[in-house]
Amino acid sequence: MTQIHVTTTVNCDEVEFLADPRETLLDCLRDKLGMTGAKEGCGTGDCGACSVTVDGRLVCSCLVLGVEAQGKTIETVEGIADGEKLHPLQRKFIQHAALQCGICTPGILVAAKALLAQNPDPTEEEVRYWLAGNLCRCTGYDKIIRAVLDAAVEMREGV
Amino acid sequence: MPLDTKTTGFKYIGTRPDRPDGIDKVTGKARYGADAYAPGMLHGVMVRSPHAHAKIKNIDASKALALKGVKAVVTRADFPTGLEGEDWNIQENCMAGEVALYDGHAVAAVAATSLLLAREAAKLIEVDYEVLPHVTDVDEAMKPGAPAIRAGAADYSVPEGLHPNVMRYIEYGHGDLEAGFAAADLVMENTYKTEATHQGYIEPHACLAQLGADGKGEMWVCTQGHWFVRRMSAAALGIDVANLRVTPSEIGGGFGGKTTVFIEPVALALSRKAGKPVKMVMTRSEVLRATGPTSSSSIDVKMGMKKDGTMTAAKVTMRMQGGAFPMAPIDSALDCAFSCYNIPAVHHEGYDVLANRPKQAAYRAPGSPMAAFATESLVDEMCRALKLDPLKTRLQNASREGTKASFGPTFPRIGLVETLEAAIAHPHYAAPLGPNQGRGVASGYWMNWGGETSVSAALGEDGSVTVSVGTPDIGGSRASMALMAAEALGIPYENVRVNIADTGSLGVNEPTHGSRATYASGLATIEAVKQISTKLCQRAADKWGIPVEAVIWEDGSAKPSGPNAGEFPPLTIGELAAEMGGTGGPISGHFEATPSGHGGSFGTHIVDVEVDPETGYTSVLRYTVVQDAGKAIHPAYVEGQFQGGAAQGIGWALNEEYIYGADGRLQNTVFLDYRIPVASDLPMIDTVIVEVPNPGHPYGVRGVGETGITPPLPAVANAVHAAAGVRLRSLPMSPPRILAAIKAKG
Repeated sequence: MTQIHVTTTVNCDEVEFLADPRETLLDCLRDKLGMTGAKEGCGTGDCGACSVTVDGRLVCSCLVLGVEAQGKTIETVEGIADGEKLHPLQRKFIQHAALQCGICTPGILVAAKALLAQNPDPTEEEVRYWLAGNLCRCTGYDKIIRAVLDAAVEMREGV
Repeated sequence: MPLDTKTTGFKYIGTRPDRPDGIDKVTGKARYGADAYAPGMLHGVMVRSPHAHAKIKNIDASKALALKGVKAVVTRADFPTGLEGEDWNIQENCMAGEVALYDGHAVAAVAATSLLLAREAAKLIEVDYEVLPHVTDVDEAMKPGAPAIRAGAADYSVPEGLHPNVMRYIEYGHGDLEAGFAAADLVMENTYKTEATHQGYIEPHACLAQLGADGKGEMWVCTQGHWFVRRMSAAALGIDVANLRVTPSEIGGGFGGKTTVFIEPVALALSRKAGKPVKMVMTRSEVLRATGPTSSSSIDVKMGMKKDGTMTAAKVTMRMQGGAFPMAPIDSALDCAFSCYNIPAVHHEGYDVLANRPKQAAYRAPGSPMAAFATESLVDEMCRALKLDPLKTRLQNASREGTKASFGPTFPRIGLVETLEAAIAHPHYAAPLGPNQGRGVASGYWMNWGGETSVSAALGEDGSVTVSVGTPDIGGSRASMALMAAEALGIPYENVRVNIADTGSLGVNEPTHGSRATYASGLATIEAVKQISTKLCQRAADKWGIPVEAVIWEDGSAKPSGPNAGEFPPLTIGELAAEMGGTGGPISGHFEATPSGHGGSFGTHIVDVEVDPETGYTSVLRYTVVQDAGKAIHPAYVEGQFQGGAAQGIGWALNEEYIYGADGRLQNTVFLDYRIPVASDLPMIDTVIVEVPNPGHPYGVRGVGETGITPPLPAVANAVHAAAGVRLRSLPMSPPRILAAIKAKG
């Protein structure tokens, strides 16, 4: 099938790629741009391991076509840290041992960052429902929820 | 093996430092199975049987091969013949021979220049099937008239007259069963069933394989055990193990399901045929249909108890299907069935049965959760009938040091009593409950494992140390190894770098399975780095001109010690390392063994649920895990194992199941339909780490990974009974089943 030229912005950088119209944004990020931080756990939008934001909106990149990225602004896990400076969520995930195998972690960080952008002071229940689309099979979620709540405190208090 | 054991006075053990691979894993840099690419790489896609049982009459790949960019198609004809035993089973499971044995069984594979093209080509491969009768339920598979899946394959243990689908039979026990039941005031017997579940690791199987016509190959693969992958792949392809170098990727969960091979030998076969590297990545549907879920089980349990709660006799009969291949985990299921209790008379019987389902693989304490569901549900029913406290009754009968275990040996120092005492004392056990709420408890056991282990440690020129282990890090084990190495050498945690070595760099290592990584690789790490300090003491002794016996290693330095040692300032590891090139050459330590002092781990769980009488939906309100860790090296990751095991067990209890249609096809092949617990399904999971040191590990470690999935199945069933007044003896306790039970009760 004829490939389509796509120009888009990923983590503040303008990038271009050629996409088969059947390829997902996840495929394009991983296989064309070498950004393998987003993972494919299901390919059906059920696990959230491929979470990215498109124009600020949290999506499963396995449910977005690569060609739909044209002219959009995309943020992935690779863009969360500022150079060598980790985002509070990243630091808290490490401190709280909120990851075991780590495969769901990129998607959960992207999703949690999107949550805190719109709700800087979520309750435990709000965090649980927001992250209900991000499957983790290792942790039982306990330490993930604690890490997100702790990061929210730090971000609110600016410490 | 004599070991210096130390269980107190630690500097690093028991602290919670950041894991060494943390930054890689929160920034997206960590490379998992599907994150590898090679120049000239092709993409491999499997063709799978849509039938539960079908003769493969013909495979025509001509249309696929005619597509530009399609480089190779393989079928079973591309694999060697003449394999036997489990080698044959694995080869047959990876690529069907004459018969497709389950829905999703691989029958062919294709490699092409793009994934889209490979998928298109796979659809063009025409397979002519003759559909055969099938059976998917374990009890049905044993009945007269059930289709025989592999007639004549049963082993010598199977008594005459049983259905040919029964592959193995086990029977053992001790004590006078009849006298035991006669001495009881209450004898109860029930039948329990559990459906198959899947490990549900979020990362699908993936590999990047390269194999030349000369039989030399390399593979990058997400696996719990790359030596296993090497051995199994080499056997399936008829090549020497030494010619296949396997490098493990980071691994996105395994829980036992990544201790075998599915796509790996096929990717190698495609690569050999195409002359190019081949990447294969499973879809989620492939993972659910065609990797290794658990067995499903059907269990009869009978127990006798006196009015005061004393258990007098117990009998279990366990029927498990492990798919269309032998080796359902009846052995470990039976061993765990009554392991928590000191019962004078016990009897075990097990049937390993074939069904038209995928070949079961290990899943966290294989067999134990099913056994616990049956036994611990029945214990709860008997405690109710006799109006006894369920935890105190367990404590009264608990296995302890010196107890003759239900499976034969005498228990060494174990920690069940301590977990029960901690659970009884926990505020959760006395907390008030509201309407439609109920509390359940249960205990569980896993024997753990040691296994083949080989570890190297190398001293750097600045005194830092590199430790190479062969057990992939699935849940923070690099941190645990670094803590143990730091403790043993007396150097900072940050000065130890732990690498997961490939198959070319160490002797054989079993996978990260059997809760063995922190125990066995940890033990080997401690012994390997001690060789470094021993060698450094020698260098210091040589420098000081005193006998090595007069030098001790303490706080990361060699120090003179004893009456005739003389006065010398300590030599630090850094100082000695800087000079090592001129004082005798590089320094490393190496340790290999098959340690067998893995101590079993017991756990006791408390759960509160609320059952909605209108819908049958069960909410888990509060959960507490109490488990013996021996010694928690990195307590945060020990807690994580407890919590993760509990969450998986809750999913198994309430919701997860393999659903086969009348056509023998799996009906729930995506995460939307095979629904594992999500964040909003669970409460915080409280943990209590009990530490009864394991005498078989230098620091007292017991494996902690598996035991935690065992108690939740019965604990939740017991809580549901307490909340809704109905006893569910089949899993999962999904809302329709609970509602039906409530309605039947009236």
